[in-house]
Amino acid sequence: MDAITDPARTTEKTGNPVAVLQARGLSKVYHMGEVDVHALREVDLDLFEGELAVLLGASGSGKSTLLNIIGGLDTPTSGTVTFRDHILTEADDVALTEYRRDHVGFVFQFYNLIPSLTALENVQLITEIAVDPMDPAEALKLVGLGDRLHHFPAQLSGGEQQRVAIARAVAKQPDVLLCDEPTGALDYKTGKIVLEVIERVNRELNTTTAVITHNEAISRMADRVIRIGSGRIVSIEANEEKASPGELSW
Amino acid sequence: MVKQRLKLLSPLNKKLVRDINHLRGQVFATALVVACGVASFVAMQATYDSLLLSRDTYYSLYRFADVFSSVKRAPDSIREDIRKIPGVSEVQTRVVSNVTIDLPDLPEPAQGRLVSVDRSSGSILNGLYVQRGRELTEGARDEVLISGAFAEANGLNPGDSLNVVINGRWRRLTIAGIALSPEYIYEIRPGSIFPDNRRFGILWMSRRSAAAAFDMENAFNDVSLTLAPGANEADVIEKLDDVLETYGGTGAIGRTDQYSHRFVSNELSELEVFGTFIPAIFLGVVAFLLHLILSRLVGIEREQIGLLKAFGYSNRTIGLHYLKLAVLAIVGGVIIGIALGAWLGSGMTALYADFFRFPILEFTVPFSVIVWAFAISFAAAAVGAVSSVRRAVTTRPAEAMRPEPPADFQAGFLERSGLNKMFSAEVRMIARNLARHPLKALLSIVGISLSVALLFIGFYFYDAINRLIEIQFNRVQLEDVEVTFNEPMPSETRYELLNLPGVNRVETYRAVPVKLRFGSHSRRAGLVGMEQGGRLRNIVDKNLRDVRIPNEGIVLSTTLAESLGAAEGDEVTVEVTEGSRPVAKVSVADTVEEAIGLGVYMDSDALHRLLKESDVVSGAYLEVDDKYAEELYETLKNTPAVAGVGRPQAALDSFNETVGQTIGTSTAFLIGFACVIAFGVVYNGARIALSERGRELASLRVLGFTRREIGVILLGEQAILTGWAAPVGWAIGFVLCFAITRAIDAEIIRLPLVISTATFVYSFLIVAFAALLSGLLVAWRLRNLDLIEVLKTRE
Repeated sequence: MDAITDPARTTEKTGNPVAVLQARGLSKVYHMGEVDVHALREVDLDLFEGELAVLLGASGSGKSTLLNIIGGLDTPTSGTVTFRDHILTEADDVALTEYRRDHVGFVFQFYNLIPSLTALENVQLITEIAVDPMDPAEALKLVGLGDRLHHFPAQLSGGEQQRVAIARAVAKQPDVLLCDEPTGALDYKTGKIVLEVIERVNRELNTTTAVITHNEAISRMADRVIRIGSGRIVSIEANEEKASPGELSW
Repeated sequence: MVKQRLKLLSPLNKKLVRDINHLRGQVFATALVVACGVASFVAMQATYDSLLLSRDTYYSLYRFADVFSSVKRAPDSIREDIRKIPGVSEVQTRVVSNVTIDLPDLPEPAQGRLVSVDRSSGSILNGLYVQRGRELTEGARDEVLISGAFAEANGLNPGDSLNVVINGRWRRLTIAGIALSPEYIYEIRPGSIFPDNRRFGILWMSRRSAAAAFDMENAFNDVSLTLAPGANEADVIEKLDDVLETYGGTGAIGRTDQYSHRFVSNELSELEVFGTFIPAIFLGVVAFLLHLILSRLVGIEREQIGLLKAFGYSNRTIGLHYLKLAVLAIVGGVIIGIALGAWLGSGMTALYADFFRFPILEFTVPFSVIVWAFAISFAAAAVGAVSSVRRAVTTRPAEAMRPEPPADFQAGFLERSGLNKMFSAEVRMIARNLARHPLKALLSIVGISLSVALLFIGFYFYDAINRLIEIQFNRVQLEDVEVTFNEPMPSETRYELLNLPGVNRVETYRAVPVKLRFGSHSRRAGLVGMEQGGRLRNIVDKNLRDVRIPNEGIVLSTTLAESLGAAEGDEVTVEVTEGSRPVAKVSVADTVEEAIGLGVYMDSDALHRLLKESDVVSGAYLEVDDKYAEELYETLKNTPAVAGVGRPQAALDSFNETVGQTIGTSTAFLIGFACVIAFGVVYNGARIALSERGRELASLRVLGFTRREIGVILLGEQAILTGWAAPVGWAIGFVLCFAITRAIDAEIIRLPLVISTATFVYSFLIVAFAALLSGLLVAWRLRNLDLIEVLKTRE
């Protein structure tokens, strides 16, 4: 496991953090009938290589909109997003699809597994189209499901399904792992197991990870906590002392 | 407007209207199938009703006879004997004979059937309807009425004159009018199956003139009669045959064997069969489509159903709600179908009017047909809705308001056999989705396969007709010209024929009408004595095998052998019904499955021995040098002994002109119908798949799958179903073709059951193309998949 000893964090600690994703002046306005809803207002944000960032905000704060835009699912009304040297905000649908396919891993609140495929096959579905994937079974072992490879989603618990979803997201060895309320549909105990898996992936694979949540407690496991409210970034704090997911409670 | 109207509706009915609006794509696709089903039903049933009504009215107003017989020559005095036969109501005696007609712009002579008209005798059976011109003037010697189709094909009008060879003498006749008779609704040369109106027509002449021309004063050679109510046709025929026997009666027939009547009836029964099974196919598909749509809808609206019940709506109200939806979804299709059917039916009737000549053939859509159209469509809708309605009714509110558990998939055959490793995850998704609802998959396959089957049948007709043409014109009738004589001619006639301009080869034949008996069965037929070693006319079975005429014994067509119950080696009784009427027992040397007619063949020398006659001939087949053809026809026109001249090429041309076009039109409709079914099934199947798996597909898009890749996953299922529909459709089509060949009157025509590769290929390709188009239409909607929504919501 020596290979996975955080070169990125080292760079961060040396004061030269490398930004994988950069957002500048992001605004998003939804036209809802006669009302304009400002979901994001002039947001600047960097995600640094290897970090685990938690985007914390109440419902309607704009955090999901932000995640959708940096994940290549949505386009801002104004502002730019840059992934390494690619300007995502200038990309068309084909280029965005390619970006998601090659560089982003998604974990959804409701897992979104394919019910007609087993755990292993759900992961294989993604590794088949990935450039440099890991072994699907390895990915499932990483999330602690090495003994449930051939179960269908309907035969797995909610927490297990979410871990399959994480395995699916990380198996392609993405540059960025985006998790939207990953514990939102899970109970306390299961939620903590899922967070442990995310933390482990971040630590062992050095995958830049952004976790969206409204759960204040989760922010303690982050390298940085980005608070969002009313479409603006309210504060960004680095955690001096990161808690392990096991230590969290809510 | 719509808003105002909606206010008048109860909330549940508003939901109904909006649900239908929401489902409009699928409702439209289903309504199209309904419209086709109803249109085919209305068109064929109404045409059937119109034809039947026209025929029966025609028969009764113009007093179509019940029994017909021809006779060599009988004195008028026995007319009374015939009338006295118990069960006979009215008797008509006539002079009927074949004549040769010289038409200016037709190289070869045309054949006419001259029928006498006796207006003085009081009772007129087989009455004439004068379409144009006037009736025959009493006493006018050289006037005729001519039949409608013949007049039309040759552009003949009242007042025109016509050169005709009557009993060996040239006569110039004036056309007084154009007439129709119930006896010749289908105006066709006896022995043919397709009309050739340029070369065959009916001529009606006054009895006195006809009698004078044929030396039939105070005599007749044709009798027809009507039966008294309750009379037994078979008894009357038997007694009539007894009366006529000494005068050379050739044996009486009932209406069912009357040539024109037989064709019209056969067509009517075909129409009835097609008018039942084609709408049934469509409405079966409709039931299936509504089943798909409603099951999905009730699935989506599970929570709403629970809510409604929780608030006190009764099971009945909710069940009725979905039933109403099914009925409302198709009602537009029914109305369009009725209109379309009326249009199609009037077109079909107009097409029939070209073949069948009625004084009045008016197409009407009876009210009862409209009522039936609604009734069967609603019944199909109800069948389609029943399981969904039941599910809506039996849903328990508390259970329904909880979200449905995730789709349950389990390891199946593919996994246990280890075969799954061979396939990609996409293929496994498709396979498992199909395997999860095997009945639905099966019904989809059957639905699509029905459109393959419809096309298969349509193209089969081409194959069958092509084979018939190949058999008839490339293998059987190899002569350029067939000449028939009025009377048997001495065998030296062959040399006279050989000396005619352009004639290279002559083969003669002898033909006599016979009655064959075997056991308790008897059949009438024409026995043909063929020359040994002839090559202009062949006997060929359905596999194009040449059948050699044995020196002794007869060769029977299979249909005739079957109706007699006789087989190879059996001895049948042959009663010749003309001349000295010899009777002999002859063994069946061979049977041959012929495509057309009821042939009986034997060696010409053997036939002469049977007839105890010298070497005489009834006609000849000629091989003719094209260069001299016109000259030859001119000579034949002027040869009194020649009763008819047949030209296979002319018959083929005429066939292609008339029947070929009709088949082309009906094939075009079948293609349209098949595309509608394929479109309906595939479009609905894909739309439901999209609705069921939209979330899954959106997730895949989020994970980086391209639109094309998820399109393949969405449509792969429909593609597999369509692929499976090919063999199933071919099998269904083949069985239906077989049934059709059986349903067609075998004594008229036996369609060979041959299917070309093209039929297999095109019946599938057209359906696959329609399926692809409907699939792409659905795939287009993938553009609108909401990728963000899928992250937020749970289904």
